[in-house]
Amino acid sequence: MFQYQFDWSVVLTGQYAQWIVDGIKVTIQISLASIALSFLMGLIIAVMRMSQMALIRGFAHGYLEFIRNTPLLVQFFFWYFGSYQILPQGVNDWLNARDFEFAAAVIALTIYTSAFIAEDIRSGIRSIPKEQMEAARSSGFSYVRSMLYIILPQAVRLTIPPLISQFLNLTKNSSLAMTIGVAELTYQARQVESYTFRGFEAFTAATLVYLVMSLVITGFVMLYDKKVLSPTGMK
Amino acid sequence: MDGWFGFQVIWDNMAHFLVGRYPSGPIGGLALTIWLAVVSCALSIVIGIFVGLLCVSNNRFITYPVLAVVNCIRGIPLLMVIFWMYFLLPAFMGMVVPESWTVIAALTIFTSAYMSQIVQAGIEGIPRGQTEAGLSTGLSRNRVMVFIVLPQAVRNMIPSFVNQLVSLIKDTSLAFIVGVAELTHVATQVNNRTMVYPAQIFLFIAIIYFILCFMLTSYSRYLEQKLAYRKAI
Repeated sequence: MFQYQFDWSVVLTGQYAQWIVDGIKVTIQISLASIALSFLMGLIIAVMRMSQMALIRGFAHGYLEFIRNTPLLVQFFFWYFGSYQILPQGVNDWLNARDFEFAAAVIALTIYTSAFIAEDIRSGIRSIPKEQMEAARSSGFSYVRSMLYIILPQAVRLTIPPLISQFLNLTKNSSLAMTIGVAELTYQARQVESYTFRGFEAFTAATLVYLVMSLVITGFVMLYDKKVLSPTGMK
Repeated sequence: MDGWFGFQVIWDNMAHFLVGRYPSGPIGGLALTIWLAVVSCALSIVIGIFVGLLCVSNNRFITYPVLAVVNCIRGIPLLMVIFWMYFLLPAFMGMVVPESWTVIAALTIFTSAYMSQIVQAGIEGIPRGQTEAGLSTGLSRNRVMVFIVLPQAVRNMIPSFVNQLVSLIKDTSLAFIVGVAELTHVATQVNNRTMVYPAQIFLFIAIIYFILCFMLTSYSRYLEQKLAYRKAI
């Protein structure tokens, strides 16, 4: 190892640098698509989890427990290999005509992350005092409207830090998409390694990109905690 | 052949899922998954406690670098750590390291970073009065930590340790990437061989993981409740 000659030009210039940049782009695309979808889905599951109807509540609970206690990689394989048995033919054709690997990765990441997001949102909602709901109901709002206009706006503000750390986890988890052949950052780093045998340089580059993403987002959360959440006295 | 919605294929390969090629070859499947998770968990608890103690030290020249390393590890995907170990470990050791130990090393390093945060929070959760009482009876700072604070803190941390074990069991599936024949890898092998039942196969191993993890999650919830009860009285 100590005779190893580092050659950083491999990952800083030319074709291989372009691969890494392409990888970053795909990682960001997957992450953004999954973040948007998993937030929506998490919100729906969280509301279902608190439903008055036992059946819906039970379904949401089962969904949460099952998804959270299963490895993400297995879920990736399930959607990637199993989709032709599960999804309707039309959907499969539509996906195949486009980028099927990308879609499978987004589906898996969305479903996995939504379970974690739902729990975060639920604990956010539960931390809003019951009186808020009672006050809203007694001033004539329906349950759905009090949820939408009174509880959720407050809960979401409180949930932002844990949500962002879930989004950060999602971004890191998107590296698993390489196993089903999505050309994201980790995949490209591996690709550079196998073309050039410059594993150290390639993985250093990828690691640094992930690190910068994480540190920037973590820094943002800390700032939010300090500047937005603390002054409101909610924390 | 197509009996029972294709779940026949699960039954036919059951031994393969559970122990891999065991009697005639190396152990694999579920048994290897559990082995990887348990060994990494034990190692990372030990390292986690050590690193956690460094994090609560009074000396900034110790805490800052340690926290920086911990946060760096938490900031990168586990897959990256596995690749690092895959390339670094042979270079460092100067010999071929079995893939399963590559994975154990990666899982241990990755999980230790999270464990150290649990340990840190656990130690900070013990009332200051305990340390002060210990110091005033004449014990040194280190002894107070080891004999008074840590034993109480560790008891509070056990539910979190169990949760980390659950994460570890899920994370062992990434050993697939370096070709360790644990449960997920075995499932892909069976899938490649049979070709036509991917949904059944992956649903089945998802259920195996679920049973394992759900039992542990429930156990950790039970422990948490017991702790909360003990704190209440």
